[in-house]
Amino acid sequence: MTQTEGSAVATPDRPTRSRQHGFLARIRGVAVWPLRLKLGLVVLLVEVLAAVLASHLYPGDPFAMVEIPFLKPGEMSGYPLGTDLMGRDIAAQLLHGARFSLLVGLAATLIATVVGVTIGLLSGYFGGVIDHSLMRLTELFQVIPHFLLAITLVSILGATLGNIIIAIGITSWPMIARLVRAETLILRELDYVKISAVMGAGTVRVIVTHILPNALPPVVVAASLLTASAVLMECGLAFLGLSDVSRVSWGGMIGAAREALLDAPYMTLIPGAAIVLTVMALSLIGDGLNQLLNPRGHA
Amino acid sequence: MSSRPTEMPGVAGADEARSERASSVRYVALRLVQILPTLFLILLVAFVLLQMAPGDLVQVMVGESGGATPEYVARLRQTFGLDEPLYVQFLNYALNVVSGDLGFSFRNNMPVLQLIASRLPATLLLAVTALIVSVVLGLAGGAVAATSRGKWPDHLVSLVALFVYATPVFLCGVGLILLFAVALPWFPIGGFADLSGERGAWQAFVDVAAHLALPAFTLGTAYAAIYVRLTRAAMLEVQGQDFVRTARAKGVAPARIVWRHTLRNALLPLVTVIGMQTGSMLGGAILVETVFSWPGLGRLAFEALQQRDYNLLAGLILCSGALVVLINLLVDLVYTLLDPRVRIR
Repeated sequence: MTQTEGSAVATPDRPTRSRQHGFLARIRGVAVWPLRLKLGLVVLLVEVLAAVLASHLYPGDPFAMVEIPFLKPGEMSGYPLGTDLMGRDIAAQLLHGARFSLLVGLAATLIATVVGVTIGLLSGYFGGVIDHSLMRLTELFQVIPHFLLAITLVSILGATLGNIIIAIGITSWPMIARLVRAETLILRELDYVKISAVMGAGTVRVIVTHILPNALPPVVVAASLLTASAVLMECGLAFLGLSDVSRVSWGGMIGAAREALLDAPYMTLIPGAAIVLTVMALSLIGDGLNQLLNPRGHA
Repeated sequence: MSSRPTEMPGVAGADEARSERASSVRYVALRLVQILPTLFLILLVAFVLLQMAPGDLVQVMVGESGGATPEYVARLRQTFGLDEPLYVQFLNYALNVVSGDLGFSFRNNMPVLQLIASRLPATLLLAVTALIVSVVLGLAGGAVAATSRGKWPDHLVSLVALFVYATPVFLCGVGLILLFAVALPWFPIGGFADLSGERGAWQAFVDVAAHLALPAFTLGTAYAAIYVRLTRAAMLEVQGQDFVRTARAKGVAPARIVWRHTLRNALLPLVTVIGMQTGSMLGGAILVETVFSWPGLGRLAFEALQQRDYNLLAGLILCSGALVVLINLLVDLVYTLLDPRVRIR
């Protein structure tokens, strides 16, 4: 938890403005970005580009059966990555799948972040009974195995894009909530926050203008790591057969290839490599942001 | 962790020992009371999930028996209390659970609790072995990285940890199967043991161990990747502290400093995280056990999922939630043993 302390204690005596300014300024100077941050962003950018260009490079339905099944990568020109169990082009699915996988990761993270930040702020700022009950709720979502809860939810609600995002989102927020609560507990005791309240600023105003912006840096770091674990979770769900069958996703490709795991491992390894690359990129971004935003907390 | 100079263990006096024991008893009691609301909430979640699930008990029963008249269905509903208001139903459910009745798994034709109990040992065996693998690899990797900070072993360890973390746990399992069970047939592809007639305890042990190796390694490395980073960060923090500098200044051997001073103190944050991650490890076991056909709770969850056996899924959530709560309680108590300062708070 060094990062939490580092960022919050960094400038308790300076005026508000300079800290917010410092946060933005640190992000703006691309030249001082850590190498790992740049590396991660480049990889992610390429993937976003692939997702955007998928329809141009591979127009038509990626689910269409185009050739005989079980074509190995490189076996036939025009199908550089081969075909899957049903004779569908793996390269086309890989590009189209980038969309879905990135979307699930980002949307689930958005849900988790909004829920987590809200609960963390309320809990940390008001304390008392509110804090106590919200923390019990947070604890509840921490003790029930996330993945078990997620598969149960998706199984009950049905495996659609929206339900998968919701299931991953509402099982991942506790970490953010605890982080924001810890930050808020420190921030609300700082002089400028107290003064602002004394000067007549409403509770909402104090929370939104003073506490929220200053609690954000660790949240940004946590969110990028959360996106990584959301991508992993989506493909775990898909491996168990819980993927939206109407959409191509990397996880779905792995799930479909499970029956041919030992005969044609490339069907699993190709989308698997895409996932590994994405999660590595997101972790590097998280690390880099941590280094950038919490230089003191970084070892 | 500096020792208190006034303390003389032999002469500490019975009073102090007694008050210390009383305070630990109070602490344990407090923690026990604290877990009650959490257990209640877990119960509520399981109940809500069962309510959300399509079809109720009577529909399942009627479906299994091949149809019934509407009157009969209504009477069955009445018998099982399904026409009562929700809070009464919840009360009934809670009373059942407390008395050990988690419902019936019609797919397996067995009470849910019995089913879970029969699969628990395999999962515990897998989880404990994986935990040992992850802690040993995590501590070793973290120690190597921290002591060679900025040099190539540090970069190598960090890179490997990042790669392992980014690899979905089932993909890692599949990779290991392809390598060490198919290409090099050293280990069995899956299962718990080969069923082969009469044999001694030793053969049985070797058999199970051979089946356990790959799944435990798969699950263990996934967490080792996290523990490496944690250990490295914690050790780097401890390395900067005064007592380590003092030890170095008075000429303690570097290996001894790592072993006795930095690594030991880096253990504390690791213990907390391990406690928090028991739930996540049970979740990871679902994927690992599915890949390796390991007959534990995770595999049971996968089967329940495929058969849409919601009674069983709710029972699994209930049991794993309670298990995690208990393990966390245990970790807290271990923590007070490792670091007496915790009790003061």
